[in-house]
Amino acid sequence: MAWSDNAKTTAKLLTLAVSMLGFALFVMPPLYDAFCEITGLNGKTGERYEAVPAAVDRERLVKVQFVATNNENMPWEFRPGTVEMRVHPGEPADTVFIARNPSGREMIAQAIPSLAPSKAAEYFHKTECFCFNQQTLAAGESAELGLRFIVDPDLPRGVNTITLSYTLFDVTERMAKQTNNKKADAPLTERESKREG
Amino acid sequence: MLMGLKRLFAFLTISAIAPGLFAQETAQKAEEGAERWGVNMTQGVTEVSRTTYDLHMLIFWICVAIGIVVFGVMFYSMWRHRKSKGYKAAQFHESTFVELVWTIIPTLILVGMAVPATKTLYDIYDTKEADLDIMITGYQWKWKYDYLGSDVSFFSNLSTPRAQIDNQLPKNDHYLLEVDEPLVVPVNKKIRFLITANDVIHAWWVPDLAVKKDAIPGFVNESWTRIDEPGIYRGQCAELCGKDHGFMPIVVKAVPEDEYHSWLSDRAEQAARIKELTNKTFTFDELYERGEKIYASTCAACHQPNGQGVPGAFPAIAGSKVATGPMDGHLNMVVNGSSKNPAMQAFGAQLSEVDIAAVITYQRNAFGNNMGDTVQPIDILNFKNN
Amino acid sequence: MAHGPKPGITRWLYTTNHKDIGSMYLWFSFAMFLLGGCMALVIRAELFQPGLQIVQPEFFNQMTTMHGLIMVFGAVMPAFVGLANWMVPMMIGAPDMALPRMNNWSFWILPFAFAMLASTLFMEGGAPNFGWTFYAPLSTEYAPPSVTFFIFSIHIMGASSIMGAINIVATILNMRAPGMTLMKMPLFVWTWLITAYLLIAVMPVLAGVVTMMLMDIHFGTSFFSAAGGGDPVLFQHVFWFFGHPEVYIMILPAFGIVSAIIPTFARKPLFGYSSMVYATASIAFLSFIVWAHHMFTVGMPVAGELFFMYATMLIAVPTGVKVFNWVSTMFRGSMTFETPMLFAIAFVILFTLGGFSGLMLAIAPADFQYHDTYFVVAHFHYVLVPGAIFSITAGVYYWLPKWTGNMYNETMGKVHFWLAFIGLNVTFFPMHFVGLAGMPRRIPDYALQFADFNQIASMGAFLFGAAQLVFLFNVLRTVRGGNKATDEVWENPQGLEWTVPSPAPYHTFSTPPAVR
Repeated sequence: MAWSDNAKTTAKLLTLAVSMLGFALFVMPPLYDAFCEITGLNGKTGERYEAVPAAVDRERLVKVQFVATNNENMPWEFRPGTVEMRVHPGEPADTVFIARNPSGREMIAQAIPSLAPSKAAEYFHKTECFCFNQQTLAAGESAELGLRFIVDPDLPRGVNTITLSYTLFDVTERMAKQTNNKKADAPLTERESKREG
Repeated sequence: MLMGLKRLFAFLTISAIAPGLFAQETAQKAEEGAERWGVNMTQGVTEVSRTTYDLHMLIFWICVAIGIVVFGVMFYSMWRHRKSKGYKAAQFHESTFVELVWTIIPTLILVGMAVPATKTLYDIYDTKEADLDIMITGYQWKWKYDYLGSDVSFFSNLSTPRAQIDNQLPKNDHYLLEVDEPLVVPVNKKIRFLITANDVIHAWWVPDLAVKKDAIPGFVNESWTRIDEPGIYRGQCAELCGKDHGFMPIVVKAVPEDEYHSWLSDRAEQAARIKELTNKTFTFDELYERGEKIYASTCAACHQPNGQGVPGAFPAIAGSKVATGPMDGHLNMVVNGSSKNPAMQAFGAQLSEVDIAAVITYQRNAFGNNMGDTVQPIDILNFKNN
Repeated sequence: MAHGPKPGITRWLYTTNHKDIGSMYLWFSFAMFLLGGCMALVIRAELFQPGLQIVQPEFFNQMTTMHGLIMVFGAVMPAFVGLANWMVPMMIGAPDMALPRMNNWSFWILPFAFAMLASTLFMEGGAPNFGWTFYAPLSTEYAPPSVTFFIFSIHIMGASSIMGAINIVATILNMRAPGMTLMKMPLFVWTWLITAYLLIAVMPVLAGVVTMMLMDIHFGTSFFSAAGGGDPVLFQHVFWFFGHPEVYIMILPAFGIVSAIIPTFARKPLFGYSSMVYATASIAFLSFIVWAHHMFTVGMPVAGELFFMYATMLIAVPTGVKVFNWVSTMFRGSMTFETPMLFAIAFVILFTLGGFSGLMLAIAPADFQYHDTYFVVAHFHYVLVPGAIFSITAGVYYWLPKWTGNMYNETMGKVHFWLAFIGLNVTFFPMHFVGLAGMPRRIPDYALQFADFNQIASMGAFLFGAAQLVFLFNVLRTVRGGNKATDEVWENPQGLEWTVPSPAPYHTFSTPPAVR
């Protein structure tokens, strides 16, 4: 049977509706992430940076401030080892953040970096950062979390202070939830799931 | 008859606004901005706020001018071109020329608006070196201020007594716009604000500074100001952040630079003194009394002043399992927060050891919870370190 | 084909008749309008004085949220769909909607969606309390348990709107009488065609954003949580990508209604028909590239602020063209001022005022001061109440004689108009003032300097509410009886709907009419 005009129109419009749903669910989030990376929206800094040898700009000194915040219900003590340092653009620099888990249980944390001003975000490269991985600390354990970064020599002239903020989130439960979901999807033996955890 | 009335009314509305705005311009003054019948934006106390105000008035008058022309033509034809007056309808219904005219002219007007707006925006986005950096963190429902590079850091809570909100006492002049600890800043210095949030999205807004920036959990936003004259400037949270969104005001106290420095060193000393108090042993009465105050400013918003909570949302303290159970459970709840209900925050990082000891002692002995026990600040410290 | 409606309740349950379904949509939306209106009155009663008198902040937030959701999704949108159901087939000479069974379904899932939404008021933790814009994480990690029901009801409303929109597009594209070319269609049909495309494009985005919330809440994803690599600001971008076109979904059909009414009572053809069509289409297009002007304070790069500022200002051009066209239609007409015309004129004036404040809000640096204050509340109520509500009311008065065969009571109509007009301005005009003076929106209690204007606004709100009862009474009376309307109803109105008898028979245009 040939499709009537109405059926054709309906099919076309439904396709449009479904593709817009797909657009919202599967295209917009990655598109937004890509957009953030390009523009430094929200001060999001990029992934691990492969250091390329670059000329160090000895003329210029940029102040880098470090700030640590705990998100709600994160009982860890978390602070920058150095509050502030001055670096030459192009020169790798190292610093640490100090974390301690005062609670009575093992906890997993994720640090989320954010940089101000956001237009400096694309010129701030981290070659090593504790924020690339989740951090697990046993009850009462403390750790020095390392960060190595390079300020790009192309940093716009107007920017002389960069503030790098880390917000520490408690992801212990989130991880447990995800593991549970995975278990529901593909049942693992108890030993396997333990190994995974 | 009715049309005449309507015309009159519409003209009255338009002509009534304009002079009102003018009167307000002169009436608005820096500190006590709490005048009644205020109808216009404040000019504020910074260069940015004044530029913003000028821009606002410019666009307003352009709109008024357009309105007079458009409504003028409309009311003229409603008056003249009526069937009751025997007016015969013309039948024209198209003219490419006039359509072009009223596409091009508005576009030109818009360009005229966009030029100063763009300039102002670039001024606001200036990132030149600041003299002072302050980190602002929004919490449900209070603000925390950290003076970067010093040890000074404190929470700023609403100080309007609950009884005023509940209409049991007459309201203060600065009802709902007063805090226990204002943000103190120097005048004539460029102050950079780093704004973030601890839980949900808030927005830090002080009209006199023309600073409004969202505080987003996990990310840092940036803004800045340079205040011209000393004074007290009040603002509020501008993004719906839950139950007490309307009860987390902002008070900025701008003072001369030397006064600011002596305040800052006082604050640093005070912080050191609180640390000392941690080792002191308090009596039951001392703790209870201090705890009552902390409870009112920190706990009562959710658990209610009478300790009864809000069924379904916030549990009661009176007769609760935690407050009448083992001490360790109570300590854990206050220090580390609830793992089930995100509204119960981890106060271990927000309150001093003295305050936590006091409020726990209070909760265990108020609202009919007659536990009779006390907990000392040093116990809190040991608990945290254990 | 001479059969009439089935008797009893089954007529309404099983009906596939566009007129029955249109009536049900209209009554449903009126019921929602009253419900949402009562919530607005709770809000205004609490804000009558500083201090907390009537409700607590938790419940106040539930009221603002539910008021917004019910008015947008329950009152305005279904009312426009109802008018489209009634009028689109009659305007283009079609016997019924293209997909009558789907039409029945798209209406009947609505009451369930709203019953579910309203039932959250009685759940533990209360109804949604995070504002109708439901920004994450307030609406995810910090939401009351009822949020899941809220999400499902949004899904159902979305499905209903998409089905309704598909039906309207199919009807307009495939069911026009011979000779009814696209550029001969009445503007109401044109604006609805464009609106329907907007609906099909953005309602799935709304469904997508609530689905992401659902995943975040129950399945451990982190679209909107920084902890897992997401971003709460993403929520706002996706939401407003839906939200801004949504604003035009609520206003474009209104343009169509007003473009039908003004020529009739000015006794003069609509000025610039084709430019009206192009202006509508360009507004619809622009609506997709301005969303972030709702988020100027969220912290965007300056280039982003500028782009969204310029794009937003550009919308003033086609909108201005429309207003100028309406004024030119009136100019040198031969006007009378029956109730539909009064509402239509009030629409033009007050919508333009709302447009002015919209233009002010578009200026990003000034928006830093306006954003999330009562100035914004005043702005969008000025575009939505006189915009959507007044145009719907005007449309109902204009076509009611055609629907029922009876004339409504003109005096009562005028009383309704003046009460509503005065009530509206008394309610919403002072909100500009308190907003500029610094009052944030969505607060249950406020500082003393805002007290006077809030008191005035609250009184206006009750007046506006009372005016709607006059409307209800007038409509009920007209449905039951009254002076018989002629087939033309008004003096030489244009359009196929006036060529059928009054009341319009159950089946119209079973044989296509001849279109000149």
